[in-house]
Amino acid sequence: MSEVKTLATVWLDGCSGCHMSLLDLDERLIELSSQFQLVYSPLVDRKTFPDRVDVTLVEGAVASVDDLKKIRKIREHTRVLVSLGDCALTGNVSAMRNTVGVQPVLFRVYEENVLQKQIPTIGVPALLDRVCPVHEVVPVDVFVPGCPPSADTIYQVLSELLAGRVPSLGGVAHFG
Amino acid sequence: MSGEANVRTLTVDGEEISARADQTILEAAREHNVGIPTLCHLEGLSEVGACRLCLVEVKGARRLLPACVTRVEEGMEVTTHSPKIDRYRTMILELFFAERNHICSICVANGNCELQSLALTLGMTHVEIPYQYPQLPVDASHPRFTVDHNRCVLCTRCVRVCSEIEGANTWGVMGRGAQSLVITDLKEPWGDSETCTSCGKCVQVCPTGALFEKSSVGSKVRKHPEFLPYLRIMREEDQA
Ligand code: SF4
Ligand code: SF4
Ligand code: SF4
Ligand code: FES
Repeated sequence: MSEVKTLATVWLDGCSGCHMSLLDLDERLIELSSQFQLVYSPLVDRKTFPDRVDVTLVEGAVASVDDLKKIRKIREHTRVLVSLGDCALTGNVSAMRNTVGVQPVLFRVYEENVLQKQIPTIGVPALLDRVCPVHEVVPVDVFVPGCPPSADTIYQVLSELLAGRVPSLGGVAHFG
Repeated sequence: MSGEANVRTLTVDGEEISARADQTILEAAREHNVGIPTLCHLEGLSEVGACRLCLVEVKGARRLLPACVTRVEEGMEVTTHSPKIDRYRTMILELFFAERNHICSICVANGNCELQSLALTLGMTHVEIPYQYPQLPVDASHPRFTVDHNRCVLCTRCVRVCSEIEGANTWGVMGRGAQSLVITDLKEPWGDSETCTSCGKCVQVCPTGALFEKSSVGSKVRKHPEFLPYLRIMREEDQA
């Protein structure tokens, strides 16, 4: 695999725990960041996804039309797509609503026992009927289990990628 | 039968081993420290061959055979690990995860679950089979225990321990295939069961978070299925 110079991270339907775990790398983050440029992330300012990114870490499941649009675009512009954490990998807590469907959930939250009943539609993306793991929607190259994956696991993944290898987490990290 | 007639010689992954004629491939292999993954098997209970994780290749056999219910035979050539076997095992694991709702991060068994650790040891990092997201009940009517069908793998360990060791016969299986459910008595709430002695054995042997003790929620208490063989020996001594 050719050299990894640019990294992006995205946050779909997740709790941001995977990004917290990434920050948990502490001083190792400084060591690694001298080797790549963080070109797009909730942690940096840039608003549009760059044309060509070497590695993108995806946190979260695909839960809204917006997530779907984003992940398709990201896949198109990313060389190595990494599903980071159980939500991206399995749907996890985000997908728990799939057993009942989206309408009953919206009803429960915005109508049942609520004084001003209204399901928000303006300025928020519509929810998909079914929350999906990322690889159900676009091809994924690396799967990193864990809720969240530990900082050590993320360090291992990033080090491997920076060394030009595509890591496999089989036997290394488990769900949960 | 003479002692010799009781011994079988076979090869497991190329190594020649001898086993008693009444042993299964699994027993013989484990005695020689050959690891074969299992889920429905539990030492101290009868074998049912339900989960198929222990599939092995036997030369001359047309299909893969479950090691826990296949007896050793003279001259048998067994392979316990190969790319084909690994593929099958991963597929079986994926089916378990896809058929029910396994959300490890919020499960009572997280970090203490045989299914979760099998996924780790067999290198399964994600599930290719589309998740089914079935709607399944949780029965918390028993004062001490809960059954959460979202996490059940239908291994029937609970059914067997309750009948074979406790003698209460509270658990049974209803329905077919993926639609099956383990039930207490005639599908009555567990808390209303007339037969359950509240011994807790089913909870101890359940490999997943499907059966758990209410008081242990959030405390990462380990289950102790390894008590069974000792219990069996003590019973047999009692009866002798
Ligand atoms: S039963 Fe095991 S595999 Fe299933 S959710 Fe709980 S910890 Fe995960
Ligand atoms: S607690 Fe004991 S008697 Fe009751 S169902 Fe479980 S094994 Fe059977
Ligand atoms: S409740 Fe537990 S022991 Fe019983 S069949 Fe389900 S997974 Fe197995
Ligand atoms: S352990 Fe052999 S079939 Fe389950």
